[in-house]
Parts: sequence; C-alpha cells; structure tokens
Amino acid sequence: MRIAVCVKQVPDTEARLRLARDGKWIEEEDLPFVLNESDEYALEEALAITEKLGGEVVVFSLGPERAKEALRKALALGAVRAVHLNDNAFAGGDALANGRALAAAIRREEFDLVLTGSQSDDLGWGGTGSVVAGELGWPHAWLVMGIEIEDGGGSARVTREMESGMNEIFRLKLPAVLQVQAGINHPRYPSLKGIMAAKKKPIDDLSPTDLGLSAAGSAASRIELVSVAFPESGGGAEILQGDTDVVAKLLVEKLTKEARVIA
Amino acid sequence: MSGRVWIVLQQREGQLHRMSREAIAAGQRLAAELGASAEAVVLGAGIGSAAQAAAGHALTRVRVADAEALSHYTPGAYVETLAAAMAAESPDWVVFPHTYQTVDYLARLAQRVGATVIPEATGFVRDGDGLLFRRPILGGKLEAKVRVKGEGTAFVSVQSGAFQADSATTGSAPIEALPVPAAAVPDREILGVETVAGEKLDLTKVDVIVAVGRGVGGADKMAPVEELAKTLGAEIAASRPVIDNGWLPRDRQIGSSGQTVTPRLYIAAGISGAIQHTVGMKGSQVIVAINKDPGAPIFNIARYGIVGDLHEVLPAITKAIREGRG
Ligand SMILES: Cc1cc2nc3c(=O)[nH]c(=O)nc-3n(C[C@H](O)[C@H](O)[C@H](O)COP(=O)(O)OP(=O)(O)OC[C@H]3O[C@@H](n4cnc5c(N)ncnc54)[C@H](O)[C@@H]3O)c2cc1C
Ligand SMILES: Nc1ncnc2c1ncn2[C@@H]1O[C@H](COP(=O)(O)O)[C@@H](O)[C@H]1O
Repeated sequence: MRIAVCVKQVPDTEARLRLARDGKWIEEEDLPFVLNESDEYALEEALAITEKLGGEVVVFSLGPERAKEALRKALALGAVRAVHLNDNAFAGGDALANGRALAAAIRREEFDLVLTGSQSDDLGWGGTGSVVAGELGWPHAWLVMGIEIEDGGGSARVTREMESGMNEIFRLKLPAVLQVQAGINHPRYPSLKGIMAAKKKPIDDLSPTDLGLSAAGSAASRIELVSVAFPESGGGAEILQGDTDVVAKLLVEKLTKEARVIA
Repeated sequence: MSGRVWIVLQQREGQLHRMSREAIAAGQRLAAELGASAEAVVLGAGIGSAAQAAAGHALTRVRVADAEALSHYTPGAYVETLAAAMAAESPDWVVFPHTYQTVDYLARLAQRVGATVIPEATGFVRDGDGLLFRRPILGGKLEAKVRVKGEGTAFVSVQSGAFQADSATTGSAPIEALPVPAAAVPDREILGVETVAGEKLDLTKVDVIVAVGRGVGGADKMAPVEELAKTLGAEIAASRPVIDNGWLPRDRQIGSSGQTVTPRLYIAAGISGAIQHTVGMKGSQVIVAINKDPGAPIFNIARYGIVGDLHEVLPAITKAIREGRG
C-alpha cells in the first residue's frame, strides 16, 4: 500500500508562551516546535501497515522552512520521501485552505490511503483531513482508534471513538482519509540509523503555482485570526504561597476546615 | 443585519443530545444579535420525539429529515442531506453542537457547500458590523478571536458548556419535513459499538480522586501519586496522554472520551486543563490544581492552586495529612 501522511509542526505544548507584539499570534522566536502529537500516531499507524502489508509512506507538510525538522523526523522514523508545501503564500490558512492545498499535492501521486492526525495542537481546526477527503472524493473518518485493512486493500475496518468511553466500528471503502486519534498505538522513537538515513531522503518543495492553486493560505481562507490572549480566569484559584511544606500544610488545613472535604 | 440562522441538532435513538439544547441557546442568541430568525434541523430515522423536543423552543420552524438512510449517522448521508437543504436556501449562519459526530462531518460539509467553519466557539461579541468569535487554541492556554471574511454561509460549532442549555428560550415551533435526496447514501457499513475500556472501573461514584497528567513524567514516577491516593482513600485517575502513553489503563481516563466525574475532592496534578479534560471533572465539589506553570488553564477552574513540581508537592501533602492525623 502507498500511504500519504499529513504532518504538521506545532509549538511544543510544554513551552511557556508569550504573545507577539502585534497581539495576533505568539512570539515564535526561541519557541520550541515539535511534530503534532496525533500526527505521530498517524505516522506510526502508516509505518505499521506498510511493514505488515508492504508498500511505502510519503509525508506531506504545509508550513514554513522550519517544518522541515518535522519532515526530517518523519523520514527518520521510516517515511521514504517528503513533500513540503513551502511558500509564504501558504501562511495563515484555515482547514479549508490547507486541506485543499494538501489534497492538490497528494493528488499528484497515487495513494491507497491518506492518514492525518485528528487535531492540530495549535489551531485545532479538527477538519483538515475531512477537507482533503472531500477534495479527493474519498470517504473519511475522524477520531480513528483502529484500522484493519481488509479485502486485499479494498476496504478497511475502522474503530472510531465516540463520546464517553464508547467506540463505533464500521467498514469503509478504500481509498479513504483516516484521521487518527492519539492513543491508537505506541509510536516508535527514531534510531540513530534512521536519523542518518533521513539526511539522504528527498524533500520536494512545492508552491501554490506548482499545485495549480490560484490562492492559498489566508487569501484562500474566510477565517481571520484577529487576536490572541491569555484566557480570563473564571474566578480563578486561590494560589497558596510559601515553601512546599508550608503550602502543603495550608492546603490540608483548608481542605479540612474551610472546604470540609477531607476529615 | 438580518438573515437566517440554522441550528443543526444531534439526536441518538430519538433523544436530543445534551449539547443540542446548548446549540439552540447559542443559535437563538446569535439570531437575536443579528436580528435574524432561527430554525432547527434534525436528521435521523423515526425521530419524532427529538423533533417534538426541539419544537418546544422559540424557533421559526423545526425541519426533520427522516429516512432509513439516516438511521445510523454516516458522513455520506448527512453531508448530502444538509448540502441539498443549504443549496436550496443558503442560510447565513449554521450553528452545530461541537460533538464528536459533528466534527466528523462539519469540515467536509463546508468543503461540499463552500462554507467556512469556526470550530469550537465558546462565545461571540459584536465587532462593528460583524461578530468576533472566541475559541480556545494551543490546548486552552490561549484564546483566539476570529472573524469571518467574505460572502457565504458560515458554520459555527459551539463548545460544550459555553452556552447554558436552560437559557434556550422555549416556545412552540411548527415541524416540517426536510426532503432527503437520493444522493444521501451511507458511506460506512456499521458493524457495532464497543466500550473502550472493556471491564470498566466506575469512577463516577468515588468521593476523592487524585488525577495525574503528562506532567507526572512516566509510569515509573507514579509512587507519590499512589501514596497520596492511599492516604486519602482516593482512586487514581488521569488525563488522556497518561493513558495514551500506557502509564495507566484506559478505564482511568477522565474527559470527553473518558468518564465524567463529580467527586467531593479532585486533585489535578500535572494536568494543564484542556477543555477535553475539564468537561469530565469541572463539576467536582472542590478542585485542587498542582502545576509548575502558573499560567496553566487548570488554575482558572480550581478552588485552590499550588504552583510547583508535583513530585515535591504531592509527598508534602501526604506528609501534612499524616501529621494532621497525628
Ligand atoms: C477529540 C479529543 C478528545 C480528547 N479527549 C480527552 C479526554 O477524554 N481526556 C483528556 O484528559 N484529554 C482529552 N483530549 C486531550 C486534551 O485535548 C489535552 O491534550 C490533554 O487533556 C492534555 O493532558 P495533560 O494536561 O496531561 O497534558 P499537557 O497539556 O501536556 O499538560 C501537562 C501539564 O503538566 C505540567 N507539568 C509538567 N511537569 C510538571 C511537574 N513536574 N509538576 C507539576 N506540573 C507539571 C505542565 O505545566 C502542563 O500544564 C482529547 C483531545 C481530543 C482532540
Ligand atoms: N499545515 C499542515 N501540514 C500538514 N498537515 C496538516 C497541516 N494542518 C493540519 N494537518 C493535518 O490535519 C490534522 C488536523 O489538523 P487541524 O484540522 O488543523 O486540526 C493534523 O493532525 C495533520 O495531520
């Protein structure tokens, strides 16, 4: 099977965030970036499928030059090639603009399956994969927690997460776009050998013109990000101050005497 | 401003989803802000009771797409049914509950009909001629304000808890049939449902919960959590990444894909407080948050907070409890 995996580079969730001076985004200088969490699971799933059934994995990313780090990591993990939608004109897109651009790149080759993550940890549109599917005219599923390829690659048995601890199981026809949820598998770590090999693997850069797109990024989106801010605290916690032993004692006192939730 | 606001409701076995009423409240508010009318749409098979429940609200009408092809939710049948309805009437705004079912087809429907989407809205404010919508980004660490540009339909999915279900205005709306086009065919062969955790540990009746997040750092670093839980007679629970990493079993997950709990005391250690976690625990009587990041959103919903390393703070709490008992 030939599998395309869409991977996004996002700010590390552990990072301390600072607002950019224009208040429209976060300060990206010195900000660590990582491969989006659910995309790591999507990539692992793709690698596991091709290891079992044969085939290869090609990774796609839309983002600035730094997104090459995420692509290199995917190559180190086992993808054979990478495609980088790398042009200033791609900046500021929503799920519709990015999904259309990714679909245009994916369509240049033949694939049996496209995997994406379920949600990006920065903007979290939760829909880029569905747009790719719509553009390709393939079935799709979001929050995929299990994939079994059946029927010699003609269909897949998919487990999809529902709310409150239930899964739904269904079969759909391939080719399809499956949006993989974190927790579906246990992603591998890159090996030194993999990292060395990745340096020699090709990354093709593409622009909107290469893809025949008349507009991309913010110009192709109808959502405009006006500002970002730290959320207002809803009342907010009483923050207990002092050395560890002091705050611990204070907390226990409050829980016993003020809130009366422990004896 | 004027125009039309649609509200697409979710039902299961003829019952409206809890968040459908929140979507009605949001849609009514949006319509009032715009001087527009609001109407609801509900899809399924044999869903008269869901339609009746929806019709008990102040809406211009409730339209029901009732067909065998819609008996199980599939994106294929839902997208085609709604796309046909939208092509006929081009609503200005369409409000959806931000559920796992809606998100599954929302962007695809937008792609199909040429609409735009604001997912996970938590509110809106007027901004000159238009509206600014708020939505959490970066795991809830920040909030973005977004605006719709250009002409055409805009979809808004509203996050759980952002609008109060009981603030929806009641009334009496006529029920009409919405035609289901021949193109509305299921694109999934439904095989069944399963519980994720198999033999499930019920955390909903537990009095005290000590919950850990990614900040705990590994399966081998659980000792201080276990000690505190033992001292308090508490059960241990976790955020999703802890489970995804295999540090604890899936039946201990709290949140939108896990259990919803309301204990007397919920201690959240090393948990940032993303909405998908907090929907499962914000009803707890007293929430204590322990996090090394003073900006972690969990502090916004906690009653007491301690900024620090959980590996130092938890043992100190255990010690303080034991000393208090003398
Ligand atoms: C469709 C969907 C469904 C989801 N369902 C769920 C769900 O059911 N339940 C759920 O929990 N999540 C769910 N999530 C994931 C959710 O969005 C968040 O990613 C998740 O809740 C974050 O978990 P966390 O707080 O443990 O990790 P992080 O967000 O990474 O936070 C870790 C926190 O630990 C702190 N920390 C680090 N080290 C220490 C230390 N030594 N001492 C103290 N603090 C420390 C950090 O400051 C940080 O705040 C879902 C996501 C999606 C897209
Ligand atoms: N810029 C991008 N480049 C590559 N893949 C992306 C990009 N944005 C989103 N995706 C994919 O789509 C998934 C959902 O993202 P989103 O719709 O932004 O929540 C992600 O997990 C990625 O797999």
